[in-house]
This record gives sequence, C-alpha cells and structure tokens, in this order.
Amino acid sequence: MIKKLTSVFSSFFGKFFKQKKNMKIGLYGPPNAGKTSLANRICKDWLGEDIEMGTVSKVPHETREIKIKEKIRIKKKGKELVFNLVDTPGIATKIDYEEFLTFKINKTEAKERAKEATKGVIEAIKWLDSMDVVVVVLDSTMNPYSQVNITIIGNLAARNIPVLIAANKIDLKKANVKKIEAAFPQYPLVEISALKGKNIDEFYEALVKLV
Amino acid sequence: MALTLEFVPYSEIEELSSKKRVAKLITIVKKESVVLMQGKLKPEEEASLIQRTMEDISKTFKGIELCTVDPEPTTKERWIRQLKAIFIKMLIGDRDGFTIIGPATVIKEIKKNPQKVELLLKKARRS
Repeated sequence: MIKKLTSVFSSFFGKFFKQKKNMKIGLYGPPNAGKTSLANRICKDWLGEDIEMGTVSKVPHETREIKIKEKIRIKKKGKELVFNLVDTPGIATKIDYEEFLTFKINKTEAKERAKEATKGVIEAIKWLDSMDVVVVVLDSTMNPYSQVNITIIGNLAARNIPVLIAANKIDLKKANVKKIEAAFPQYPLVEISALKGKNIDEFYEALVKLV
Repeated sequence: MALTLEFVPYSEIEELSSKKRVAKLITIVKKESVVLMQGKLKPEEEASLIQRTMEDISKTFKGIELCTVDPEPTTKERWIRQLKAIFIKMLIGDRDGFTIIGPATVIKEIKKNPQKVELLLKKARRS
C-alpha cells in the first residue's frame, strides 16, 4: 500500500517538475508590437549582453519563423523560474507584399517576405497548443480592440493558458495603457518599454508571480 | 465600386462542422463580398479562419479584415446577464452579437471601439 502511494506521489510530482523544467513561455501579439525586442531584452538580462533572439525592424513581419532560447533562468524576489522562451511571428489577418514596398524593399524580396510571413502566422497559431504561459505583447500606441488581439486572447482563454499582457512602447508619447486595461480587464498587465528597458523589473516580477 | 454585404444567419452555420463553417465564410469573402454573420465563431474557429486565410493568400486574395461585435451588458446587470447568456449559449449556440468579415482588397480597416464599428474602404483602382 505504502509503495503504491509513494509511486503515485512520485509519478505526480515527477510529472509536475518535468513540466516545469520544460516550461515554454511564448511571446504572442500582432506584428510590430515589440515581441522580438522583449525577447532580446530578456536574453540580454538573463543570458548575457551579447545574446539576442532575433533582429528587429520597422518593416512588419521581421520575425517570420518560431525562435526558441532554451533554459532561461530568472530570479526575482526569492523565486526562480526556468523556461524556454518562444518568440513567434506576429499574427495578422492579411498580408500584402505591396505594403513592404513602401519600406523600400524590392518586389522580389517583398513577395518572398510575404510568402514567409503567411507561413509564420500559421506556425504561430499551431504553436499555441504547446505553450504553458503566454505573454501577449501589445503596442500601447495602437487601438487594442483589434480582432487579432481578441482572437489571440480568446484562444489562450479557451486553452486555459495563463496570460500576462505586456503593454509595450510606453516610452512613446501616443502610448495609452489605460485603453488596453479597459479592453482586457481580466488579465494582469505590465506597462513596459522593451527597447528602453523601462519597468522591465516589474515585468519579470509579474511573470514569476504568474507561473 | 459597389460594396456587397452578404448576411449569414446563424441557422445557416449552426449544423456545420468548424471546418465547413470556416470554408463557407472564406468562399463568400473570396467573391469580394463582406460577410455579416449573426453570432460569433468559437475562438478556435477564428484561429482556423486566420490559418486558412494565410494558406489561401494569392495575387488576388490578400487576406481578410475581421471583427466581432458583442452586446456589452451594463455593470449592474453583468453577472446575471452573463449567467443567462451561458445558459442560452448551451441551448442554442452563440447567436449573440455579430461578426463582420471582409476581403482585405475591399476593406482597408475595421475600426472597433466598444460601441462603434467603422468600415474603412479601399479606394477603387481606376482601370
């Protein structure tokens, strides 16, 4: 009997710790919200100054494939969090190569970028199921009531995946965090500037608290 | 340029599988019509709609603009109405509110604030 109980407990806790060990934290959001900027900030802060997740650009859909950094260890307020960080392509409902031409990209490159971006969106959605926690990165200068935001958050809620909203780009004058709070009042929110590192400690604290 | 709105009552999609619902909506949008659907898709169906849209992007189909509108209950009534809504949804499906889906070649942007929806159209190209 005791042996059986021990086996059940060790199996339960074994699974629990195994899950924690391989925890995946995903960065989701629309294009150009600053997901890769935040990923780079996290890498620099916890893996070393020279380590980056990916390149950032003003041209939408700069990240067109899933990128993973393994074993990031965050220590905050006596708690430690070890996870694999997953940076995902921005989710969009439309992709037109002509939009890229306005950023002085040639037609062939723009078409290729559009093709890769469509694949990236599909991949990002497929990966939703494997996430343990998701940070939804939103641009505070944009209207938060976009359907992409609602669809991402609705899908996370339907899958019971814990969500932290990172209201990014608060260093910009047009930032309106209150509008994001009003749009998604049921989720914890941290206002940050991933680029400038503003409020980044509060972000880590909120992340550790959520997990 | 004329804008065609195609109304899809909930009864038309009620019996369809998620895959068929998404396929039906995409077919209408690809005809350059704007779908005005009674009720809402499930979150998973919305995600499938985006995936399917991305798979179908071509020279002529650039994607969709999508918007769901939910009747927002007042704060005082919220929890009672939410309970009622959950019960009704269990019985007859999610018929509350409506969904707008338009082709990105026609609709430039759907601006949504809690009480207002604006459809911004693209300028017609002169041939």
